[in-house]
Amino acid sequence: MVESKLPRIESAGLDGWLVRVFERIDERNLLWLTALSRRCEAAFGRALVDLVPSYTTLLVVFDPLQLSPSQARHRLVELLQELTPDEEGDGGQVSDLPTWYDTCVGPDLPRVADHAGLSIDQVIECHAGTTYRVFALGFAPGFAFMGLLDERLEVPRLETPRQRVPMNSVAIAGRQTAAYPAVTPGGWNLLGRTTARLFDRHRDGFSLLQVGDRVRFVPVDEETFESQGGDVTPMREDA
Amino acid sequence: MGNEYTVIGLHVIRSGPLALLQDAGRFGVRRLGVTQGGPADVHAWAWANHLAGNPWGTAALEITFGGLSLAVSRDLTLAVAGADLGATLDGEPLPLWQRVRVREGQRLTFDTPRCGLRAYLAVAGGFAAEPVLGSCACVVREGIGGHDGHGHRLAEGDDLRVSPRTPDVPAPHVPDEARPDYAAVSRLALLPGAQIADFHAASLHAAFNAEWRVDDRADRMGVRLRGPTLRCRIDTMISEGLGLGAVQVPPDGQPIALLNDRQTIGGYPRLGALTPLAAARLAQYVPGQTVHLVARSAERALSDYRRFRRRFS
Repeated sequence: MVESKLPRIESAGLDGWLVRVFERIDERNLLWLTALSRRCEAAFGRALVDLVPSYTTLLVVFDPLQLSPSQARHRLVELLQELTPDEEGDGGQVSDLPTWYDTCVGPDLPRVADHAGLSIDQVIECHAGTTYRVFALGFAPGFAFMGLLDERLEVPRLETPRQRVPMNSVAIAGRQTAAYPAVTPGGWNLLGRTTARLFDRHRDGFSLLQVGDRVRFVPVDEETFESQGGDVTPMREDA
Repeated sequence: MGNEYTVIGLHVIRSGPLALLQDAGRFGVRRLGVTQGGPADVHAWAWANHLAGNPWGTAALEITFGGLSLAVSRDLTLAVAGADLGATLDGEPLPLWQRVRVREGQRLTFDTPRCGLRAYLAVAGGFAAEPVLGSCACVVREGIGGHDGHGHRLAEGDDLRVSPRTPDVPAPHVPDEARPDYAAVSRLALLPGAQIADFHAASLHAAFNAEWRVDDRADRMGVRLRGPTLRCRIDTMISEGLGLGAVQVPPDGQPIALLNDRQTIGGYPRLGALTPLAAARLAQYVPGQTVHLVARSAERALSDYRRFRRRFS
């Protein structure tokens, strides 16, 4: 690394600057990243094309017909000088994701329990007992990377990713947890399934979860899960 | 486009492997993990629209590899630019980079790549599709956009709706330099990125001096380049936002240039980012073709890009 003080504004092509604010993942980063995102929206106005916040950075994409890279950089320098973090507890919605934890839809529960030296019930209690923060969205529309997972549940990804992870699967990998908004390939450990509609093209804001949100997984039984529209189709490993 | 006058303009007789409707791309939603989409070769896409008399951003068909056969359902004005995929109109060669008038009942067929990989078909007035998340750019992986809104490639039997219009300006002249020779060895301009100094000196020398071959692992997400192994002092990083054209180097040392359908965040060190026009050119290259990477200043890249865009404003 070419060391210089953070925050640092790094080149990200003709139409982007990456603002590197932190070196390490920490929930408190979000207070700065959400504040920085809002300030960028105000400072760039219609010249702003996209903002991609993630863990320690914010990618700012602008229209190079309206702003040159050096003009855009200048705006970032100015707003970083007077940036103050959001207040603790500010911003970010709280979402509860009703989740049916069961080996039938969470086939990796036994593996995670083994790895952690816990019972399956203890794994569920541990996963559902934490309020997570959304650090980033990526991989697929509405796929929220959340943390930090209790370190007892820290399990590596599967060696061979599954070709088809069912929609709404709740999963963990490393110190993170997530729920799959659509059927995709995936290498995370599946614990259960939620009824939440994670991505909806007809809903305002589209994604249920946004960077900075707080998320709780709320255990529900099979009956409740199904009555709330949950898909009880068992996970098939051969699919 | 709900209340606009639209009619069926073209009917798909044979779909070919990959034909997608693309407007300029989907913007403002990348923070939700939604990728950019849009034409992989923005240069040829823009020219096709311009020739058809359409403003910047109009949806056009991106035809990859060819294999597509279309029945003309009503009289239309159209233009095809980009790769030579052996296009014919009722069996006669269809002139590329030109405005063409086609009549109901005629048949437009794309064969196989002669030169380049992706052809763009624009219809005067534009294809009509319901925008999804603000755009009709078709992203198959996300199931978003395209002619049906659900990210599907064209399939046999599909009808394509258009908002037909007769262009009110004469067809523009296409200067020779705007018609690339996709078979030629290309120098792809790259803006060096923040991790450039973390690559070993020998690897940096190799990056900008070696011949790179386009790998067969190439799609709208990214194009892998094969050549000398590039070594970086950083293995992986915490995932961060990725721009169009970003050239990431995974631990195997073989760079991947990321295109329109790339994932929105990623964690490999990057040499930098191809300029938008260099990324567009790379999208025309077939596996096995040779490219060189050249470092370019942001000032030069900006003036090139603004000159390109001025033609279409």
